[in-house]
Amino acid sequence: MAKNKWYDRMITAAFWSAGLFIVLILASIIAYIAVKGISAISLDFILQPPSRAGRAGGISTTIVSTVYLTLMSLLIAVPVGVGSAIYLQEYAHSQSRFGRLVNLIAETLAGIPSIVFGLFGFVFFVVFLDLGWSILSGSLTLAIMILPTITRTAQEAILAVAHEYRENSLALGASRWQTVSRVILPSALPGIVTGIILSIGRAVGETAAIILTAGSSLGMPIAPSDPARTMAVHLYLMAMEGISAERAFGTALLLVILIVIINYLANLSLKRFSQAVR
Amino acid sequence: MEPKKMKMRSEGLAVFYQQYQALRGIDMNIAANRVTALIGPSGCGKSTFLRTLNRMNDLVEGTTIKGQVYLDEVPIYDKEVDVVGLRKRVGMVFQKPSVFPMSIYDNVAYGPRIHGIKNRSHLDEIVEKSLKAANLWDEMGSRLNSPANRMSGGQQQRLVIARVLAVDPEVILMDEPASALDPISTAKLEELISELKKNYTIVIVTHNMQQAARVSDYTGFFLSGALIEFNTTSELFVNPANRQTEDYITGRFG
Repeated sequence: MAKNKWYDRMITAAFWSAGLFIVLILASIIAYIAVKGISAISLDFILQPPSRAGRAGGISTTIVSTVYLTLMSLLIAVPVGVGSAIYLQEYAHSQSRFGRLVNLIAETLAGIPSIVFGLFGFVFFVVFLDLGWSILSGSLTLAIMILPTITRTAQEAILAVAHEYRENSLALGASRWQTVSRVILPSALPGIVTGIILSIGRAVGETAAIILTAGSSLGMPIAPSDPARTMAVHLYLMAMEGISAERAFGTALLLVILIVIINYLANLSLKRFSQAVR
Repeated sequence: MEPKKMKMRSEGLAVFYQQYQALRGIDMNIAANRVTALIGPSGCGKSTFLRTLNRMNDLVEGTTIKGQVYLDEVPIYDKEVDVVGLRKRVGMVFQKPSVFPMSIYDNVAYGPRIHGIKNRSHLDEIVEKSLKAANLWDEMGSRLNSPANRMSGGQQQRLVIARVLAVDPEVILMDEPASALDPISTAKLEELISELKKNYTIVIVTHNMQQAARVSDYTGFFLSGALIEFNTTSELFVNPANRQTEDYITGRFG
């Protein structure tokens, strides 16, 4: 007995250390970025456009580009991704060929490296469709890239909704769509939002595919046909070309803060929503 | 018992799940404003039969149905039949109380809303009437906006019944509605069933023979997908005509 108890404590301690390890890694990365980058950050750094290829001025245009590109790609990918998840879980027969095909494609797409999407986006959107290096080309490419994540997580979330809800709703004379829109989607929403947050992380952090499809212009993007440089691309180029390590870290710090803010807002709106439906 | 008006009727009803035959030609009459109990061991087909009465089996992939079921002498397995309209008239209460993750009010108003009622005071009226009919108004009338999933299991099952009543059905099907409830909640539910039969026709599947004897007017005994015996409850329990029925109700198997 005593031996078992001791053994159990050891195991608990091992798992606890594993958890601690993750916290330490994250904390040290953030601390390092913060220490290195804090000196670059000022109100001007956030609000001013870059000048002299990023050696001077701020990074306002890259912040706008990041948000612009991410929102546009979500606008394309979320309806398609969630829509196909609903189709696969609620409408397609479990044995249907088309359903299995869509599943297979989603899984395959999820495993393809982002640079391949970038290359495709460059050849197809930028050159063939003649959209040029633009927000539109970039967000279409990003949308294809995050589509599998959104579809798979939405599928899992819908699958996790109790089967009884469906039966009860249909037995009350509801149509399938009424059942999906009024009972299933609200219940699956937290899972769907998780998928969207994961996708935002991927979209915000992407570099190579964006350089290939949205370019690296430092101008302020207004129309979807304008080229853009996101924060991640800016950070990459500044570090790569040795323009300014301090400014690269400043950008990195703001990027991390932006992701934290996005996650916080997503969770907040989710909480609001689930309180409203409850 | 005096001859009663028939509400529903099955004729040569057979159900197949892929190759497996779950029901073997069931002929049964369901009297209006009476409680009909379906009893039998697990896997005997009683739940399958219940689920054919509002076509819930349509949702199971690979199900084939032969024969016919009539509601007020109108066949429900014809091509032109509107399944949504049928389920509005033939409501169903499942084994596990399953409230939607919304408020008590929204749960009850769910059915009327999907059938197009938007007027708030009309909805208020339906919600109150349904909760009263389900014996929940006194407990929950002042807490309509609280989440339904915080209620007890017995309350949840009565809420599910209120939700069914809110769409104004004619027949209510109950699939072992008390199997997840404690004895006190079960007693309340049985009392409710006896009250409801004034206005509704009720078909109830139960594993509990005392419950069948207490609440029902007619009882059907199922075995291996066949309806072995069907009679008034008092006759079936006191003078079973069939040997297998007698063995089952005296607890010799099942």
